Amino acid sequence: MSAMLEVTDLATTFRTTRGLVRAVDGVTFEIDAGRTLAIVGESGSGKSVLARSLMNLLPASADTSRGTAVFKGTQLRGQSTAALRRIWGDEISMIFQDPMTSLNPVVKVGRQITESLRFHRGRRGAAAHERALELMHDVGIPDPASRLGVYPHQLSGGMRQRVAIATALACEPSLLIADEPTTALDVTIQRQILDLLQRLQAEHGMAIILITHDLGVAAGRTDEVAVMYAGRIVEKAATPVLFSAMRHPYTEALLASIPRLENPVHTRLETIGGRPPDLINPRRGCAFAPRCRYAQPRCLEEDPVLETATTAGHEVACFYPVDTAAGRAALSANAAAGASAAGATVGAAV
Amino acid sequence: MAGSGTAHLRPADEDVVLRVEDLVVEYHVPGGVVQAVSGLSFDVRRGETLGLVGESGCGKSTTGRAVMMLPRPSGGSVRFGDREMTTLSPNQLRATRPKLQMIFQDPISSLNPRRTIDKIVGEGLSIWKRSDARARVAEVISAVGLDPDVVSTRRPHQFSGGQCQRISIARVLAMEPEIVICDEPVSALDVSVQAQILNLLEEMKARYQLTLIFIAHDLAVVKNVSDRIAVMYLGKLCEIGPSGAVYEKPWHPYTEALLEAVPVPDPTVAIEPMAVGGELPSPLSPPSGCRFRTRCPLARERCAEEEPQMREVGPGHHVACHFPQAENRSA
Repeated sequence: MSAMLEVTDLATTFRTTRGLVRAVDGVTFEIDAGRTLAIVGESGSGKSVLARSLMNLLPASADTSRGTAVFKGTQLRGQSTAALRRIWGDEISMIFQDPMTSLNPVVKVGRQITESLRFHRGRRGAAAHERALELMHDVGIPDPASRLGVYPHQLSGGMRQRVAIATALACEPSLLIADEPTTALDVTIQRQILDLLQRLQAEHGMAIILITHDLGVAAGRTDEVAVMYAGRIVEKAATPVLFSAMRHPYTEALLASIPRLENPVHTRLETIGGRPPDLINPRRGCAFAPRCRYAQPRCLEEDPVLETATTAGHEVACFYPVDTAAGRAALSANAAAGASAAGATVGAAV
Repeated sequence: MAGSGTAHLRPADEDVVLRVEDLVVEYHVPGGVVQAVSGLSFDVRRGETLGLVGESGCGKSTTGRAVMMLPRPSGGSVRFGDREMTTLSPNQLRATRPKLQMIFQDPISSLNPRRTIDKIVGEGLSIWKRSDARARVAEVISAVGLDPDVVSTRRPHQFSGGQCQRISIARVLAMEPEIVICDEPVSALDVSVQAQILNLLEEMKARYQLTLIFIAHDLAVVKNVSDRIAVMYLGKLCEIGPSGAVYEKPWHPYTEALLEAVPVPDPTVAIEPMAVGGELPSPLSPPSGCRFRTRCPLARERCAEEEPQMREVGPGHHVACHFPQAENRSA
């Protein structure tokens, strides 16, 4: 049986005056009902463009001719907007990072929540009103009856995100794409929103693609994690496997840079030197090589492809994976030399 | 936690560089008075970093700005060195402000997009007509890890968020401040860049002998930089103490809730249901007694009637709670 959403070799490029930007460069994954996939990466890694590519929410300058995204047997790429409108909000919904800008400031929240119900289900008046109350109650908005008639600016950031979630869930979609849904929120509210998404998923059985820059958010709440770098997936594994046996040096570095409560006070954090690469003129070899502690001459010449690592379902694109004989040898050679093949400073082995 | 009192303030002779006492900030709005900060007291020693933590709307940014007299607070005192900030004339205030600098949350909107980096970093110096401005600008730009020859003539849009935050830090350092107030300096940044900026702040603090007030909502972030932690809720202080003690044994139920909310990057750690739900009540009509009682799992009748006062629970560690967690646990 095929998965609910199957994405194969998906690419999205933008024509700009400076050249062709390869924002998403050949991404393959699938997701089934009731599952959660986290897509993790830094700003500029292409994770948001990937989400928008799935929804076809892209500017006209985008080239989407390469790759396929098949949702329940329907090819999403190349569909007309009219056809996509039947899917948007009904079968696939999306929530965004900033609920203030994703909600319409001049429309009362009750009306925004029921917009897709009116469009897809023809539910109006009392029936729509009743469903709005139910949804608001579901997402934990206290006193929903009095909140139906307020505007987004009258709500707190957490409440606005709840409204956005209620709106996205109105037609009980099969797939929810959440693009950094908690990045603009306090940790306490982030916790509440993540708990809420998990509960709603358990109740409705929808699939969730959770896009985040924080591996901490992905831990414990997702089934699978895909780590993106420079428009590609560099490592993908079941969440417990990824955290216990990560293979890509980028995943390792990303995890090490998270400030942790168990660290002593004034701990110097591990950082990833350098910057994400320019997506316009990709250099030869592995995109992460210039920032990688493991980089060897081969990494500057050849581009590693995603291959199965030690466990089934665990894929990594690296010649010298973390915690393997090759990886350990590469790291100790670089540590001895004081620098990687790309010239990045490498301290003594950690 | 709606704690009041000044029991936690340290004697002025212990090299206290900033002493805030009974700070009140109120805004008049249609329909009432927003009580943004209500009788807040804290102090900071020279060379210390105070982490000021709380949720959005708790008054932590307002506190940071009130210290700078932006705007002047409605009541209370702010002593900076031997000066009482609240009674300074505008001219005296202007002469004092270079010693107090701020770094803001959004590095891109806090830099003028039309100016070049050397103008942005050197603006304070040119206002004060410093003759060594050029050299000083180059020095601080290299101190924050950028190359002055490359960046000086560029404009903010040519930089990433992390680099813009470095530029903001350079601008602050140029003025040779004594106290730097960092208002959520890393919350808009990716975790990887966040780590770089936190490390940079630690380096700059040592290199330029700074005193920092670090405002944030994430206790894990604050832990890496702070010597002391102050937890705020709805305009009041809940708990204040040395970082080690506060993280190891939080006394206030709200501190505990904030600690619990930090995501743990380990999928083997089970996610327990949160004991504290809901959101901050409106600062237009804060709850009676302890302001945290409406969300507190331990609240009893007394909490509605009587406001808890600050009391010492360990060396330099104070809490404002009638029924603190740690006490209950040991009992």
